[in-house]
Formats: sequence, structure tokens, C-alpha cells
Amino acid sequence: MSVSIPAPRSQRIDPKYKRGPKSRGSFEMLAWLFMRLSGVVLIVLIFGHLISNLMVGEGISGISFGFVAGKWASPLWQFWDLAMLWLAMLHGTNGVRTIINDYAEKHATRAWLKGILYVATIFIIVLGSLVIFTFDPCVAGSQLPQC
Amino acid sequence: MSTELPEPPSKIDLKPGVGGGGEIPSFDITLRVRRYLPEATADAYWEDFKLTMYGTDRVLDALHKVKWEQDGSLSFRRSCAHGVCGSDAMRINGRNRLACKTLLKDLDTSKPITVEAIKGLPLEKDLIVDMEPFFQSYREIMPFLISKGHEPTKERYQSAEDREIFDDTTKCILCAACTSSCPVFWTDGQYFGPAAIVNAHRFIFDSRDDAGDMRLEILNDKEGVWRCRTTFNCTEACPRGIQVTKAIAEVKQAILARTV
Ligand code: HEM
Ligand code: SF4
Ligand code: FES
Repeated sequence: MSVSIPAPRSQRIDPKYKRGPKSRGSFEMLAWLFMRLSGVVLIVLIFGHLISNLMVGEGISGISFGFVAGKWASPLWQFWDLAMLWLAMLHGTNGVRTIINDYAEKHATRAWLKGILYVATIFIIVLGSLVIFTFDPCVAGSQLPQC
Repeated sequence: MSTELPEPPSKIDLKPGVGGGGEIPSFDITLRVRRYLPEATADAYWEDFKLTMYGTDRVLDALHKVKWEQDGSLSFRRSCAHGVCGSDAMRINGRNRLACKTLLKDLDTSKPITVEAIKGLPLEKDLIVDMEPFFQSYREIMPFLISKGHEPTKERYQSAEDREIFDDTTKCILCAACTSSCPVFWTDGQYFGPAAIVNAHRFIFDSRDDAGDMRLEILNDKEGVWRCRTTFNCTEACPRGIQVTKAIAEVKQAILARTV
């Protein structure tokens, strides 16, 4: 009777741990760098946004349709909000992508969650950009002076 | 000329009350071990052992006492029993420690002391896990000197300052306490893990080595350094006191500096 016992250090390994194909390029490095750079820019953008909307002038009670219309009449605030939209969305999406990679154990679960995430991201970025650029303050019955 | 001293007597009788450390305090503990006996039961379960131990005893001594006096089927790895071989990393009260370096008196002995196998590696029996995935990542980073050019006739000279740069990461004993404390590794076991990065660091920053770029390329993988979320579990777990998270950050910086 012969029993075959794998030799020590035969490198038999639980299939779960088999190394997948090596990744090309430096995507993960660029994503890591982007998180830090966008984070620094977001500090300025978000606090600028909060201070201008909630603290200066009439503060929080001054926010209305007209307030937003007034801000978006200026190219500076258009650019500010566009940058904030894109950076926060890409930063947040990449952060959630990381969380999915860190917590989803099955390949299929990961693929599904990331698919839903990317669709939602594209939808919000496209919708947000359209709103900023095609915004028309003169809706029907508008009381605004410029209409 | 030196004066000749009489040979000291081989046995000295101490006066009563001199020498001796006094009584070593003893105390009762409950050792709660996560048992896994695949031949007997499908699932792992907790088993309590009541022991009387001394103030000088470590968790390893408690495990020995169980194995030698109560239940010989209890399985665990250990070799040196002095914190140098890296065999007996385990989860003690929820933290990765070497059983041979953890004194019982430093734990809360009023409550059961829990002992489990390290997480994230395939469990084989009781406290024994399959270390192969851990060593696979270790081998992948090429943990050996690679040098180009002619071999020097004398030593491969290195200044004390150059040696100092990677001194911390030379101390690794490959116990896997760090890698098996990392939540990113727990998920799917694909992350290279802190220990592989520490051992890559040891050669990347060695002035005598010429394959630093190759190792940086290997760790620039999607399962490489960028999966580190700086939770510091590895630094907290390392029984050699290696600043593991700092070493990982230095490797990240080196990859960035190389490409950007
Ligand atoms: C205030 C400015 C911000 C700074 C300085 C900042 C900085 C960072 C950094 C450096 C990371 C990477 C952490 C890592 O790699 O381990 C991160 C992760 C993340 N950020 Fe931000 N961020 C900011 C704003 C935001 C905003 C507005 C969102 C939401 C849209 C967001 C969502 C996330 C998410 C979901 C993660 C992933 C969490 C993780 O990796 O643990 N952050 N942030
Ligand atoms: S870095 Fe520390 S915890 Fe990790 S394997 Fe080496 S000695 Fe063990
Ligand atoms: S038995 Fe060698 S390190 Fe603990």
C-alpha cells in the first residue's frame, strides 16, 4: 500500500491564494495619488463653498432659488461648483471602489457592486454638469429681476 | 607580574535569607483555546482549561501545561520559545502576539485568556495554519541579495549610515503576525501583505543591492503596496517592534519617486 504525501515545500497552495495575473501600468498608484491631491483641493473647494453659502451675507437663511441663480450667473462659481462636482464624485467613487475591493470577497459580488457604482457616478456627473451649464433661472412665473 | 588568586570554591553556601528571589506569585487562570480538530468535528469551538500558573509564565507555558498534563491533542507550533524563530504567532485576547513573549501576568487573569490561530490563512488544526500563502508572497519579492557587476575582491562595503537606513526591517522573523492582522489580507488573501513589503524594504534600501527597481515594480501591482489602508494593525502586532506601516510608506514613496 502506498500513500503519496506531497513533499515539504512542494508549494501546494489553497487555490484561493493563487496569484492572479500581474497588473500592468500604474493605475493603483495614480488612484492613490489622486485621492491625496483631490483631497487637498477639496478642502479649499468645500470650505469655500460652505463659507460662501452658509456664513457670509444672510447666511443659511439667504439660500433660495434666487441665491443659486445669482451664484451661477458668475463663471467663477460655475467653475467652482463644476470642479467640486467632478473631484468629489471621482474621489468618492474611487474611495467606494477601494471599500468594495477591501470587503467584497467574491469576484462576482465585486463586479456587480462596482458596475452599479460606476453607472451611478456617470449619471450624477453628467446630470450635475448639465445643470451647471444649461441652468436657466427664468422658469415660468419667475420673480427674478433679470427675467 | 600578576598576583595569583586562589581558585574560587565551586559551591558557595549562602547565609540564610541571602539570595533567592522569594516566592514567585502563583495565580489561577482560564485558558480559552479555539480548537479545530478536522478529524473529529467540522467546526471550530472554544474549550476552557483551568490552570495554576506562576508570575514568570508566558502563554506558551500555559499551552505546554495543557498539552503535557491535560490534553495531548492540543496542537500548536513553537520552536525556540524565546521570540526568535517566529513559529508561535497567535491571536491572544484578540491581538496577534508571540505566545513565547506574552507574560500571563501582563494579561487580565481575572477573565479567560483567549487563544486562537492567526486569521486569514487556511486553518489546519487548532492553532496551526497553512503558512504557504504567506511564504508565496515572501518569495515573490526576491528576499536575497542581487548584485550586478564584478564581485569585489574584499567585502561589499557599506557605510554605517547606509546600513542604518534599512536596519529596522532586518529584524523580521517571518512570524506572520503582521500579515495575518491586516484586514485587507483577510478579505481574499491576495494582498502581498506587510511582511513581504518589510522584507522587500530590507533589500530595496540596501546600498549593496541592485534589484531595487525590480522589487518596486513587483510591489506596484494592484495587490501591492497601494492596497495598504494604513490601519497600523501590522505595526501594533509586530513582536520585533518593526515600524511596519512606516516601512510600507517608504516603499510607496520610492515607487512614486521612481515613476513621477
Ligand atoms: C475635505 C476634503 C477631503 C480630503 C482631504 C479627503 C482625503 C481622503 C484621502 C487621503 C483618502 C484616502 C484614504 C486611503 O487611501 O486610505 C480618502 C478616502 C475616501 N474619501 Fe475623501 N477626502 C475629502 C473629501 C471627501 C468627500 C467630499 C467625499 C465624498 C464624496 C469623500 C469620500 C471618500 C471615500 C468614500 C474614501 C474611501 C475611504 C477609505 O479608503 O477608507 N472624501 N479621502
Ligand atoms: S514584520 Fe514583524 S510581525 Fe511581520 S512577519 Fe516580520 S517579525 Fe513578524
Ligand atoms: S517559539 Fe520561537 S518565536 Fe516563539
